Order: sequence, then structure tokens, then C-alpha cells
Amino acid sequence: MGPQPFTMPHIEYSALAPVFVLFVAATLGVLIEAFVGRTLRRQLQLLVTFGSLIIALAFAITQWSSHAVVAEGALALDGPAVLLQITLLVIAIVGALLMAETKADPAGDAFAPRTSAIPGSDDEREFTMRGWTQTEIWPLFLFAVSGSILFPMANDLLTMFIALEMLSLPLYLLVGMSRRRRLLSQEAALKYFVLGAFASALFLFGAALIYAASGELTLGAIANAANQDSSTTSLMLIGAVLVLVGLFFKVGAAPFHQWSPDVYQGAPTAITAYMSAATKIAAFGAVMRLLYVGLQGLQWDWQPVVATVAVISMLVGSSAALVQTNIKRVLAYSSVAHAGFIMTAMLAVNPRGLAGALTYLVTYGFVSTAAFAVVSLVRSPAGEANDISQWAGLGRKSPVTAAVFTFLLLALAGLPLTSGFTAKFVALSSAWNGWTGGVVIAAVLTSAVAAFFYLRIIVSMYFSPAKDDISVTVPSTLTRLAIGVCVGITTVFGFAPQAVLALVEHAGVFVS
Amino acid sequence: MSLFSPALLVGIPLVSAAVLLLLGKRSNAWGHFLGTTASIASFGVAVAAVMHLVSQPVGSREINQTVWNWFTVGNFSVDVTLSIDALSGVFILLITGVGSLIHIYSIGYMSHDENRRKFFAYLNLFIAAMLLLVLANNFLLLYVGWEGVGLASFLLIGFWQHKNSASTAANKAFILNRVGDFGLAAAVMLMFVTFGSVSFPTVFAHVGSAPGHTTTWIALALLLAACGKSAQFPLQSWLLDAMEGPTPVSALIHAATMVTAGVYLVARSNAIFDLTQTGRTAVMIVGTITLLMGAVIGIAKDDIKKALAGSTMSQIGYMMLAVGLGPVGYVWAIFHLLTHGFFKANMFLGAGSVMHGMNDDVNMRHYGALRKSMAITFGTFLIGYLAIIGVPPFAGFFSKDEIIKAAFEQSVWAGAAALLGAGITAYYMSRVMFMTFFGKARWQSGVHPHESPAVMTIPLIVLALLSAVAGYGLLHVINLEEWLTPLLHPTTGELPFNEALLLPGTLAVVAVGVVLAWFAYGSTHEIPVQAPRGNAFIRAARADLGGDAFNQEVVIGPGERLTATLVAVDEKVLDASVMGIADTFTGLGGRFRSLQTGFTRSYALVMVVGVIIVGAVAFLVRLS
Repeated sequence: MGPQPFTMPHIEYSALAPVFVLFVAATLGVLIEAFVGRTLRRQLQLLVTFGSLIIALAFAITQWSSHAVVAEGALALDGPAVLLQITLLVIAIVGALLMAETKADPAGDAFAPRTSAIPGSDDEREFTMRGWTQTEIWPLFLFAVSGSILFPMANDLLTMFIALEMLSLPLYLLVGMSRRRRLLSQEAALKYFVLGAFASALFLFGAALIYAASGELTLGAIANAANQDSSTTSLMLIGAVLVLVGLFFKVGAAPFHQWSPDVYQGAPTAITAYMSAATKIAAFGAVMRLLYVGLQGLQWDWQPVVATVAVISMLVGSSAALVQTNIKRVLAYSSVAHAGFIMTAMLAVNPRGLAGALTYLVTYGFVSTAAFAVVSLVRSPAGEANDISQWAGLGRKSPVTAAVFTFLLLALAGLPLTSGFTAKFVALSSAWNGWTGGVVIAAVLTSAVAAFFYLRIIVSMYFSPAKDDISVTVPSTLTRLAIGVCVGITTVFGFAPQAVLALVEHAGVFVS
Repeated sequence: MSLFSPALLVGIPLVSAAVLLLLGKRSNAWGHFLGTTASIASFGVAVAAVMHLVSQPVGSREINQTVWNWFTVGNFSVDVTLSIDALSGVFILLITGVGSLIHIYSIGYMSHDENRRKFFAYLNLFIAAMLLLVLANNFLLLYVGWEGVGLASFLLIGFWQHKNSASTAANKAFILNRVGDFGLAAAVMLMFVTFGSVSFPTVFAHVGSAPGHTTTWIALALLLAACGKSAQFPLQSWLLDAMEGPTPVSALIHAATMVTAGVYLVARSNAIFDLTQTGRTAVMIVGTITLLMGAVIGIAKDDIKKALAGSTMSQIGYMMLAVGLGPVGYVWAIFHLLTHGFFKANMFLGAGSVMHGMNDDVNMRHYGALRKSMAITFGTFLIGYLAIIGVPPFAGFFSKDEIIKAAFEQSVWAGAAALLGAGITAYYMSRVMFMTFFGKARWQSGVHPHESPAVMTIPLIVLALLSAVAGYGLLHVINLEEWLTPLLHPTTGELPFNEALLLPGTLAVVAVGVVLAWFAYGSTHEIPVQAPRGNAFIRAARADLGGDAFNQEVVIGPGERLTATLVAVDEKVLDASVMGIADTFTGLGGRFRSLQTGFTRSYALVMVVGVIIVGAVAFLVRLS
């Protein structure tokens, strides 16, 4: 018996253009690091990064009406995937603008001049004094972005795993690269890496069990196998629970959330701004595809699992945020609660539930990114002023910053006429049917609790005497543009929610 | 867009507020003029709109304007629709009319404040939000206005941020209002779930076919909302603290307009309350308790603004009682709301004028004999006083008398409570009157009382005129009852006794109150500058009848405990139990721990517990 003839896999390159563009650009970035002199690197890297992100965005938009399974079944190119890709790319551009900011910190950008230098060492001081900046962040960032846009397209468990790691590995590094409070940053990176590896292991183990039960890796085939043979359902179910846990870790749902406050706090704020939105959007895209396509036949089994995690997330997120004193940790716990709201929408296993969750992801992403961007502007001589007590009286010191942040907090709280209200309304009303209505009630109650801690920050900004050593940096156009884009989108989605609702409606459902 | 467009009504003050806030210090010089002009322009639009309504036949007295389609999800659609009908028409006149007078007054009152421009921006913001609240044609838009007035009120209570007490008061108002807002949110959601719509016409048309208990729950949720905004029992205590804000704010927001939003809400939802006896009874009980409670608090306060705040609480209690009576009471509640708007704004501004002349001292024990040095303020305050205690022919006489009558028609107990309230009102208002304007001067050293400038006294005179004639005018000249009939469907009931007895009886009770106050605080009596300790009753009233203690026990305490518990569970129990499991299960806990960094390990173990929990959930569901 001779060797098996090799058949070329059929790859739709045009459909995958956004991922390829970014991947090639990232590789190019690595070459630039190797061969271009220090003085030119930053400019070139910025050119490559923004250029590739814009080209990728343009390619993604051309795919807007696709609805097909491509790349031999490994990837699905459908409305929800493209919508999330476009959102992810816009957020990546916003994140890159924030990373490129050099005016906020008097010493340079938000990243350590050289990560290998020991914190507090003479080397570090020297690098800082020379004003060197680290440019490896750009290829790393592009790898992460290409992973993130692959994630919601992944149509089999292995591709999904690869996308997950492509997104996560560069992020582990970027988290540890903060210029200020480097020990905290490195500790966060290590924690994130160790726990992330643990979650990946659970994911892989789950994928193996699903393969054992069904003999398939492609989501559609898994669904067929589950429908035809019920003898292996228990094995399939254990596998599904483990895969879901791996993804729940990524979205930061409780009780798999404990990394997120530490990491959000330790990471450079520009990175926090990007990852708080991007990992959530990308990973929820994968969760939804897995649940709605691969596990559609097991709906009655996974619904209670998702409901439990949703309720725990909302309770833990809302209540823990109440007692935090660090503003980044407040936003981290708030994102745990928001993960719960998104999962509540997913409980409605129908197009409305999908639309609700997509609306929530799209609107929340911009609010969260902008909120962290504002956090990076309020500083004391020692770096960012992240303690809420330091934000007291900001309303008088910098009325515009305080007003923008108030607007974002109100959107997070979900007041009417903000995008947060639209999202909560669409998401929660879709799940109002049968027993999942109980989860909706829990969501409504916890969002009432959550309003308190957003408002507490507003209160302290406007009604407490100002602290003297706190200043609000006047950022360069980069950060202003970043915040402006997010606030603009949030405003439109709040006053004319039909804009986002129409997009989501056009996105339709998953291809199967 | 026509002249009487509802959007224009809301838009003018909103744009003005935005201009003042965005231009910042650059508009300091003319900010107060812009703010005042915006309010007056809005009043002009309101007058034009109501005149247009009057010119229409009774059946078509409504102006609807859909500004834009807010959102559509499936077959649920919410429009931003504003409508002026008989009820909101009355309110827009009150809001913009009294609002404009208070803007004018504030030009003088705030003339020394460096943040005067910001003050006018907030006042404009308030006017816009309040107009949105009453013009909204669906409950969701009403909710936006409801939150908007809360925000403006919050900003204005805490306007003098340098006063610690002002910040605390602002926070307290906010928290108690959140409890109320939760009621409104719950009501809106119940309506959405029950009727698939939140617009007034649809909800009111279908409420009859909803299950009775649902209607009752919606009514109770609306009542909770009303209690928060209108400072009714048990959410009343923020109103007294809200007096920390500048006095024009107390007059506009915490007397004439915003605090009556709860009454508006119940009256607007009359189709819902008509169907639920339980809901109406609850409203009646809340109103009765508050009207007595506020009056008793009014007796004990030496701070002139807090005495008036107790009185406001009590008068809104009357309105709540009236709307709780059902169709016999709605019209009279709105009637009293209007007359109260005039005379209470008048008295608050009068109190502000007194404070202005007394170096911002609010303690009535430091007043006395001011009638000579502040003749105009005294004259206007006197008319307000006669109006509130219900002396004919002043405004309060007509409106309160109608409420007492309607209360007796429904229940002897409610009637008796309303009557008793009238007596106490006469007593505490006479006390304020005597302590401030009569008796001997007890001024602190260095205080030289003087009359306020014309920009402050002219609004006082206008409001005093309204306090004098509005009762007769609204009842007999304009015929408010007929005007509101298409919306509120008033009926009349049977008095349990001869109607001829009511008027003399009420006047006798009022007279007893005035006479008692005369003996206690009249001209022959020495009023100590230091407040005497007083009996247990007075001390309880000074402590707002335990309002704060109640909040601590019922609202704030349990909330804090619940949070603490949940956080402890998350941080301690979960972690600790995980550690316990680890130690017990493996016996290698010690060695295991030394190999790992502490926190990451416990995080990972929490994840393991999480896996076990979700796995268990999946399988337990499967088994069941």
C-alpha cells in the first residue's frame, strides 16, 4: 500500500483575508524588530499596525453578507462572525491608538522600556533615561488581534483552540509590560498565564472527550452525532462542560473570574482597555457558536449550566464591585457582571437571544474600552491614580473628563437613552420566557445593585473636595480620537439604537 | 414645527443648559440672563400650547408629537412621543410659570455666588427634565424624565459642595430616590411583560383585561416610585436634608414641582388605580400617614426651611390621600397641587428673602419682629400663610376643603385625619409666622435685616397674588374640574353628615390651631434663643420621627449586610472551603502550598470547584 495521495485543502483566501493580512503584518513586524534600527522602528511599526488593521477592516466589511462554511469546514463565515470581526477590528484600532500614546506618561508610553530589565535596577533607569521605548508590543498586538478575529469564526474545536491561544499568548506578555508598578504587572501576567494554561487544559480535555463521544471535531458534525446516538451523551456532556469552562475563563465569568481584577489592575491600562472588550467579544462569539451550533441538541442540558454561571457572575460581579477601592478593579468586577447579562441573553435559544447577546457585545465593547482609556488619563506623580478616593472632586478639576466618564458609567449602569439601556433591554427581554425569566429577574435586581457603585464614583467625582496632587493629563490627539470614537458610537447607539439593532438584524444567525 | 410644539418646550431649556455648561466660564457674564430667558420662552410656548388646546373642542384637546422612533425590537416599538393634553397642559404652565419666577428671583439671590452660571444651567436642566416627565406619552420616556429630575435635584442639593452637609444630603436624596426609581423600573417592566407595550394609550386601554393581581402589583410599584420622588412615608426623610440646597431650589424642586411628580404619576395612571382597591387603599394610607407625620415634624423644627419642608411633606400627603381616594379625589389632588405650588413657592422664596437679610441664618429663634424691616416679604409671606392654613378666600382654603370633603366621603377615618392635619398645619405655620415676623427681635449681633432687591420681591408679589386668587380662580373662573374631566373622570360621593357642618367645622379646627400657637409663640411670650429640651414628643419630631433610624434599619443596613455577606462568601468562604477541600482530599496540602504561589493556587482551586458546580448542575438536571 503506497502513501495516501495528498489532496490540497481548499482554502477561500479572500474570505480569510482579514486574518491573513494581520498575520502577515505581524510577521513583518517581527522582521522589522530584527533588521531595522532603533530610530525608525516605532514609525514603521505604527505604519504596519494601523495600515494592516485598516486593510483588515476593509476586507472584513466586504464579507458582510457572507454565509458559508469555509476552509474545509474549519471556519464559518456568517453574519454574527463578521459583525464581531468588524467590532473587534474597530476596537483594535482604538486600542492601538491608546497604546501609541506617549503624552500621558512623562517618561514615554505606557510600556516598560525593556521588559528584561529587573524592576528598579540600574539598567531600567538607564533605558528610561535614554527615552527608549519597546516596539515588540506591536507585532505581539497584531498576533493577538488576528487570534481574536479568528475566534468567532472557528467552526471546529481545534481551530477554536488555536484561535484561543493566538489571542491569549501575546496578551500574557503584553499584560506584564507595564512601565509603572512593574512587579504588580509581572505578577498579573504570571497569574494570567498559569490560570490561562489551566483553562486551556480543561478546554482540550473537554474537546478530547467530545471527540471520544462523537468521533467529530467540526461543530456541525458534533451536533449530528449527538442527535443520532444518545448512548454517549453523558461523555459528550462532560466534554461540553469542560470546553465551556475553558471559554468561560476567557470571558471572565464567575466563578472562573478571579484572574480578571488582578490582571486588569496590573496590566498597562491601554492593554486593559483593549482586552477587556476584545477577549470578551471574541470568546463570547466562540461560546455562542459552540452552544447554538455544536450543542444545539443538548440545549436542555447546557441551559441550566449557563444560567447558573450567569447568576453567579451577576451576583459576584455586582456585589464585589461595591467594596472595591481601585477603579480598575471596579470595572473588572463590573465586566464580570456584564458577562452574566450577556449569558442571560444566550439562554433564549433563538435568533432573538443571539441578537440580544450580539447587541450587548457590540455596545459594551466600546463603553468598556473608553472607560479604561479615561482611567489612563487621571494621574498622580507616581503614575495613574487608580484609587477611587483620588478621583474625588474630578468634576471641578477637569469637567470634560468627569463628564465623559459619567456618561460611560451611566451607559454601564444601563440608564435609558444610553447604549447600555438598549443592550440590557434587548438582551434581557429576549430571555423573558419560561423558567429563564427567573434569571432575567436576577439580572434586573443585580443591575439595580450595580447602579450603586457606578453612581458612587459619579458622586465622589462631583461632591467631594478635590485632591491636590492629582492631575488629568491632556492627552494627544491619539487618545482623544480613541475616546471620541467610542463615545460617539455609544451616543449613537443610545439615542438611535436602531443603528445597532439594524446591524445585528442583518447579521442574522450562525451558519450550520 | 409649530409654535406650540412640545419638543420646542423641552428643547429650549435643554439647549440653554447645554450652552451654559459647554461654554463654561466664558458665559459667566450673561449666563443667568440666558437661563432666565430660556425658561420664560418655554413658558411662552406652554401658554400658546394651552391656548390652542382651549380653542379645540373637548374631545380633541391633545397635541401629539413623535420626535423620533426610539427603538423597535420585533413588534415592540418605543417612540419618543410628547403629548400635551389637559393634565400635562396644567403641569407645563406650573413648571415653566413658577420656574420662570424662580429663575428671576435667583438672579438676585445668587448674585454673590461665583458659580451662578452653573446654577442656572442646572435649573434649566431641571426644567427640561421635568417637562419631559410630564409630556412623555409612554412610561419609558417618563422614566427618562424621572431620572433627569432626580439628577438635577441631586446636583442642586449638593450645589454648595463646600458644605459637607450638602454633599451628604445630596447622597441621601439620591439613595432613597433610587429605591423609588426601582419601583418605577419594576412597574415599567411589569407593563412590558403584561401588555407588550409601555405607551399610555395602549396600557390604559388594556389594563382592564390584565389579571387583577398584576394590576395591583403594577399599582404598588408605581406607589413605591411615587413615595421616593414625592417624599412620602417611608421614603420621606431625604426631603428635610434636601434643604441644604440653595433656597430657590427648595422652592422650585422641593416644593412646587418635582416632589409632586409622584402625585402626577398616580393621577396619570388613574386607569390602573381605578381597578385595584388594594392599590388605592395603600396610596391613601401612605398619604394619611405622611400628612400627619410631616405636620408633626413641622411643629418641632427651628430651622425655617425645615419647618417648611415638613409642611411640604404634609401637603403632598394631602395630595396623595386625594389621589388614593380614586375618581372623587384626582381632580382635587391636582387642584391642591397647583395652589400649593403657588403658596409654598411663595413662602420658600419669602424664607429665602428673610435669610438673605439675616446673613443666611435659618434659625427662627434668631428672628423675630421682622415685619417692620421687611414689609414686602412679610406681606407676601402673610398671604402664603393664610393660603396654606386655609382661610377663605385664599387659595389653600378651596383646595384643602375639597380634599377633606372627598376624604370624608370615602372614609370617616381619612376625613378625620385630614381635618386633624388642617389643625396642626394652622398651629405650625402660625408658629413660623409668629417666630419670624412678630414678637421681640432676637437677632444675633452684627445682623441688620433689610428688604431684598426688587428682582427678588417682584416674584414674591406675583406668587402672593396667585396664592390669593388661584383657589377661587381655578375652581370657579377657569373651572379646573371640567377641564380635567375627560382625563380624570371625577365623580362625587355622599358625605356621612350634613354638608353645611363641614365648612364651619374645618374653620373652627384651624382657628383652634392658630389660637394655641398664639398662646405658645405669640407676642406676649418670650421665645428662648436656645431651644428648650422639650418633651419626648417634640424630641421625636425633631429627629424626624425616626426617619433616619428607619432608613438605617430597613434600607441601608440590610443592603450593607447583604453585600458584606456576598463579598465574604466570594473572598473568604469560597477560598477557605477550597483550601479545606484541598487539605482533606489530598493530605498533600502542605507540600502543595509550598510549591505554588498562594493566590494563583487558590484561584485555580476555585475554578475546580466551579467545574464541579457546573458539572453537578448539568447532571442533576439530567437526572431530574
